[in-house]
Amino acid sequence: MNWMSFDTALPIIFMALMGVSMLVYVVSDGYDLGVGMLMHRATDAEKDVMVASIGPFWDANETWLVLGVGILLIAFPRAHGVVLGELYLPVALMLIGLMLRGVAFDFRVKARDTHKQTWDRLFFAGSTLAAVSQGWMLGRYVSGFGTGWNYPLFAAAIAVALPMAYVLMGATWLIMKTEGELQQRAIGWAKTAWAPMVGGMVLISMATPWVSEVVRERWFALPEVIALMAIPLMTGIALLAVRGLLHSEAVRGPICWLPFVLLIVVFVLGFLGLAYSIYPFVVIGQMTIWQAASSPAALKVILIGTCISVPAIAGYTVFSYRVFRGKTGELKYA
Amino acid sequence: MDALILARMQFAANITFHILFPTISIGMGWVLLFFRLRWLKTRNGPDAAAAQGWLDAYRFWTKVFALSFALGVVSGITMSFQFGTNWPGFMEKAGNIAGPLLGYEVLTAFFLEAGFLGVMLFGHGKVSERVHFIATFCVAFGTTLSAFWILALNSWMQTPAGHEIIDGVYHVKSWVEVIFNPSFPYRFTHMLLASALTCAFLLIGLSAWQTLRGVAQRSAPRVMRTGLTLAALLVPVQIFVGDAHGLNTLEHQPAKIAAMEGVWETERGAPLLLFAIPDSTTRSNHYEIKVPKLASLILTHEADGEIKGLNSFGDAHPPPLPLFFAFRIMVGVGMLMLAASWLGWWLLRRAQWRPAGLPRVLLWVFAGMTFSGWVATVAGWYVTEIGRQPFIIYGLLRTADVVSKTPSAMIGLTLALYITLYLALIVAYVTVLKYMAEKPEEVLAEDARDQAATPAGAMTSGATS
Repeated sequence: MNWMSFDTALPIIFMALMGVSMLVYVVSDGYDLGVGMLMHRATDAEKDVMVASIGPFWDANETWLVLGVGILLIAFPRAHGVVLGELYLPVALMLIGLMLRGVAFDFRVKARDTHKQTWDRLFFAGSTLAAVSQGWMLGRYVSGFGTGWNYPLFAAAIAVALPMAYVLMGATWLIMKTEGELQQRAIGWAKTAWAPMVGGMVLISMATPWVSEVVRERWFALPEVIALMAIPLMTGIALLAVRGLLHSEAVRGPICWLPFVLLIVVFVLGFLGLAYSIYPFVVIGQMTIWQAASSPAALKVILIGTCISVPAIAGYTVFSYRVFRGKTGELKYA
Repeated sequence: MDALILARMQFAANITFHILFPTISIGMGWVLLFFRLRWLKTRNGPDAAAAQGWLDAYRFWTKVFALSFALGVVSGITMSFQFGTNWPGFMEKAGNIAGPLLGYEVLTAFFLEAGFLGVMLFGHGKVSERVHFIATFCVAFGTTLSAFWILALNSWMQTPAGHEIIDGVYHVKSWVEVIFNPSFPYRFTHMLLASALTCAFLLIGLSAWQTLRGVAQRSAPRVMRTGLTLAALLVPVQIFVGDAHGLNTLEHQPAKIAAMEGVWETERGAPLLLFAIPDSTTRSNHYEIKVPKLASLILTHEADGEIKGLNSFGDAHPPPLPLFFAFRIMVGVGMLMLAASWLGWWLLRRAQWRPAGLPRVLLWVFAGMTFSGWVATVAGWYVTEIGRQPFIIYGLLRTADVVSKTPSAMIGLTLALYITLYLALIVAYVTVLKYMAEKPEEVLAEDARDQAATPAGAMTSGATS
């Protein structure tokens, strides 16, 4: 292999790794946070089932964020400063939300009755705060941290839409993992969250080309546009299928996993669209991945550790989801 | 207040909160391995009660470990953001060195989180003893390895070596020199011992509390004996290592030593100040209480050894007031630990290793010292970190040059939020530990439920529920 070209490829490898980590985080912690945001609508017994349904996963899910931001920090140190400087306040709020959610998880089981309610409220508050902050951050990031009246408005819209997407994820997760009354209620929650989530996705898809000329040219150039149409088309079909499923009785049967999986597909498609828009920038319109990257020597050192850890983590994750497949209620007595 | 001070306070608040939990989990991993080993050795022996005691100890303290580990993970997420939000210039300039070291720390922790911890927490009776023991070993080894990477980076920032600077950006010339920089062996050993002592006093303190409350179960005598023996053996070692670390600092960072000792003018035969209030405006000390020549004797091992004063460093020295007191707090707690552990060990032996046979006042002292390791560790870190100022990379890069441009009001606001949250969480953590100590049977029952709720073969990182 030509080493010069390998050096040039290194930042691309890390960009891909970072993107995948972030995608896995958004999908996996997305349903955790969604379940957290639905907590206050459930009865006490249902709360326990809801928490139990995400119990074996949330901790590992959260670590994907550390990996994603860790890669931003160690592989693209210049961008880390710029991005996190711009997002200073929402980052702090998100972290506080994640901390509240995380400790509430631990303390609600250990605390007895009197304090349990407080921790449940903090669980809800933490999940919501984290999700709203993430939405705001996504909105600011894809619009290139622009200034002017319209940009904060756009970010605010995403700050509502992303939590709704999480709620939808959380509700479909519950449809898959629970039975009976709770499942029925989860279907209702999912129906409510569907429209704002779709609105948010449309908004992002329209705003990104409007904000950046690079993106506009890339999406609407003639030969590509036909191939690219596949992304919005498939997304639309998947979303409509979710809606159809939610309104049919079949979703309570053996295909209860389908809405959740379709939503994952939507997230993956959205991610691909976003990646296509942004690449090769790490800060849109300001900094490419090559400008932001650490030296190839440093990246190679990190790559060795990554090659050992990431496959093991991925394999383990798959294994743990296999072990914990099935309805949460059954798990307790297995 | 200016943005630099606020950013430093915020970073300090975050990293102070974070370090509390790894300090416990690094040492506790090895303690758990010891408990497990004792159980394996005694389980087929004649004394069934002893075997059960070791198993109970393992199971109870695994819960403490899981809680501490979870808080370490949760607060660790913040740390991965804090570098960029507070010191963007640092990663820009030193990213090639700091990046890989931080990266290996994250990957090590992540790896651990994903695999071995689940086996250790939920695998009892589901996987073979050998696999379980190996998993416990890997967790202990992994937490220590995480500390290795972080301490390597921190030590490099104190005593940088093995790099070259091209256009203001740091590049690695030799990873061996970067990692094994001059202060690393001392700082790493000092920190591992600090972690072990923090655990030892946590073991002693909670067992003492259980004895006082009359809820001590089978495991309490064994736990307290383990803690006291560990402390009695390691405090002297820590004093020796601390002294060596001090000599190393005198060689590489003399300004830090001058600030710790409140020495303004370079002098031979410098006195040891037991008390003083160093004043940076008058550049002198108030209310000195001193022992002649002792500082020179301790630091240079010669009565007339020379110690450089703060005035010889221009403005490139740290503020003496916080260092002077943080250092004395650390040493004071260390001395208290020495006295408590030796006296306690001797008395416990006389009481045939029954904690209930100890004087109640001593049990109260032990209970009061449950978190003394935290105090000493944090005070020590303040000495070394404030002592690096005004540099972020000692002698090479100033903290003021890498600070973020975020408005100070914003930093102040988030700082207030973080501090409020952290204080509440520390209270919650301590309360839960106290609750667990008072209801050990419930903790063991909860553990049994968790084990039952986990399907055979499930090795999940649902570490915490």
